[in-house]
Amino acid sequence: MNRIQEIIAELVETANHPAKAVKASMKETGKKAVGCFPYYTPDEIIYAAGLLPVGLWGGQTDIKLADKYLQSFCCSIMRINVEQGLKGMYDFLSAVIIPAYCDTLKCICDNWHVAVPQTYLIPMVYPQHRKIAAGVAYLIDEYKRVQKELETIAGKKITEKDLEDSIVLYEDYRKTMRQFTAIVSKYSKTLNAKTRHLIIKAAYFMDKRLYTIKIKELMEELKKLPEEKLDGIKVVVTGILAETDALLDAFVQNKIVFVADDLAHESRQFRTSVRSEGTALERLAYRIADHDGCSLLYDEEKKHGQLLIDLVRENHADGVVVCMMKFCNPEEFDYPIYKKELEAAGIPMLYLEIEQKMDSAEQIRTRIQSFAEMVK
Amino acid sequence: MDKNISSKQVLNDMISRHYKEALEAKKSGELVAWATSIVPQELLETMDIKVVYPENHAAVLGARKDAPAFLQNAENNGYSNDLCSYARVNIGYANLKESAAGNIPMPDFIFCCNNICNTVIKWYENLAREMRIPMILIDTPFNHTFDVPEHSVKYIREQFHHAIGQLEQITGKKFDHDRFQEVMNISTQTARWWKKATALAAAQPSPFNGFDLFNYMAVIVCMRGKQEGLDLFKLWAEELQGKIDRGEGPWKDQPEKYRVMWDGIACWPHLADTSKILRKNGINLITSTYPDSWTIVYDSDDLDAMARAYSSNYANRNLAYGAGNIVQIVKDFSLDGIIYHSNRSCKLMDFRQYEVQRQVQEQTGVASVIFDGDQTDPRAFSLAQYETRIQALMEMMEQRKNERPGGQ
Ligand code: SF4
Ligand code: SF4
Repeated sequence: MNRIQEIIAELVETANHPAKAVKASMKETGKKAVGCFPYYTPDEIIYAAGLLPVGLWGGQTDIKLADKYLQSFCCSIMRINVEQGLKGMYDFLSAVIIPAYCDTLKCICDNWHVAVPQTYLIPMVYPQHRKIAAGVAYLIDEYKRVQKELETIAGKKITEKDLEDSIVLYEDYRKTMRQFTAIVSKYSKTLNAKTRHLIIKAAYFMDKRLYTIKIKELMEELKKLPEEKLDGIKVVVTGILAETDALLDAFVQNKIVFVADDLAHESRQFRTSVRSEGTALERLAYRIADHDGCSLLYDEEKKHGQLLIDLVRENHADGVVVCMMKFCNPEEFDYPIYKKELEAAGIPMLYLEIEQKMDSAEQIRTRIQSFAEMVK
Repeated sequence: MDKNISSKQVLNDMISRHYKEALEAKKSGELVAWATSIVPQELLETMDIKVVYPENHAAVLGARKDAPAFLQNAENNGYSNDLCSYARVNIGYANLKESAAGNIPMPDFIFCCNNICNTVIKWYENLAREMRIPMILIDTPFNHTFDVPEHSVKYIREQFHHAIGQLEQITGKKFDHDRFQEVMNISTQTARWWKKATALAAAQPSPFNGFDLFNYMAVIVCMRGKQEGLDLFKLWAEELQGKIDRGEGPWKDQPEKYRVMWDGIACWPHLADTSKILRKNGINLITSTYPDSWTIVYDSDDLDAMARAYSSNYANRNLAYGAGNIVQIVKDFSLDGIIYHSNRSCKLMDFRQYEVQRQVQEQTGVASVIFDGDQTDPRAFSLAQYETRIQALMEMMEQRKNERPGGQ
């Protein structure tokens, strides 16, 4: 196995076995871990506390226990998170942070106290009016409150220097990830849709410093090789996340390459940088204020569609694939607007309704295949 | 007010006048706003802006069985049928602009407060975008704590100022702070009288007639800041008190056998069916979580108190508050049962309902059932299931009555 394959294999293994990977990271770094529900948790503060932020984005569990709390028309990602909480799969975490972005997440916060009392909950609410001064000030107050909670868990005070160092690290991570997603089209065979996804996903279960080093090394190694000829279809993928395995396999089989993404699970996490001015918490708050084109954040101009169009143009993509998380209201509301805009721009689009736990991917496979044939 | 006119008649007049006036205002070039059901309407009323409430309009279309065409239109435009049906009806209406069940003028701007849910932010964003009109948002952060935290209060208060600036810009008029005081005053009084009237349902038998609450709700939503609204609730309270004094129950032809609360919104397209089945069995629906939701009360000169009040409604507070609130209702209204509407439209109401039901059951022992329905999408409701659930509720209530001394 060459070095590239080695790194990839390691990251894929991490992404495929989150609990094992997190426990290994905890051991390696000696840190306690804090679970981070989607979306935009203040991982920099967690890291600054000397804790390990871990992403909790559902999984492949069968849902049984969660039915006691949630009707079947709740998004699968949250049903699975609650299920896993109930099964005790998060017991090794010192706390979880749940930010109440959507109506579902508000309810999950509330249910968590009762359903999973053993895993300490830090609820958070982000301002929707995030661009006005009052919104920024509110968010800073929220961050301060969460910071205190984290200090208690870590048993240490977080200094401004800790926060600044953490921001430097996260900025480096974000920049690295933007570079990584940008080289996918040059190494489209090695970084096929599935591998690309798993590599990005691994970050949620590792120490960001160690992860970033790995990605940098991977890119260095890749650059030594000649570029791979891209003979498939180039797409921009949007949605909450692009899973399951069967779904990703179908993309790979049909030679569909993700040249860019607008997934909440992937690029939305790292496409926006912090500002250079201000205190650490101000800089973090302004990152939320500056982050656009996400269904979770109020935007009366609805820039989501334009963002997708820009991504298609910049990356010379052949179309957009929508991975619509079933029962996800914020995403479902954005769709009719950007659909119209993409159509007006003459951009082909494939709409797939996904659940994290899908019994059969047969229909989706067929649709992906016809889309590939149509765009070719 | 003419003493011979019943509050029901006044109510119906007011509502039809409300819509008529809005249409006329639009025709004569006045500004019209669309707003969510628990917005700080004080700001709009002060500016003398005509407001219509899409949720109320959607409910009207639903009740008059005219929702399907609009639902279909929204779905044809890419709106998932999993989204709130008020939003789908309204978005469909914004496209089609014509319903035999009643029309509303198109808005010049929209005014949104997410104290009821975050769904309205997305829904209104889309309206603003499609119609290219301004949007004013008052963001009331969800209270995962029991009370409204101080930094939320400050944030909401600052947004009032921000919204006033936006309103001045949109209307080209100065905001009149004296008038604002007046409106705040009336609004608080209206809310107090709404609460007072609805609290009279606690009498045994209750003077309420089943689904009255849902009808009068239209006024607390649409006319909270107006003198007529205040007068209506005074008149209604007077009538109810009269019935109580005369010992009159809800129905002339049958006694009130069971007293229940309805959790959630009505099934507007099936209003007649859902109420008939209850009445047939002597079940009287006397309250819900609504009376408190619109009891927006604060001292008239205090913006912080107003901010706190607009963030303190049931839907924006945590489960501990929600369950505690219902436990109190069960006691105050001497309830025999609770009907929980698992409303396909409303994720915020649904995804805490199972746990609320358990906690209320544990603390009060009150009988309860959950049924599946939707507020305006007729497809999500099954009469057979509803009937079976109500039957089960009856049996539980009967059993409890028999277990308790005196049968009460
Ligand atoms: S944003 Fe969508 S997918 Fe995420 S928790 Fe909310 S409803 Fe579920
Ligand atoms: S029914 Fe629920 S989701 Fe729809 S507007 Fe009302 S509170 Fe929001």
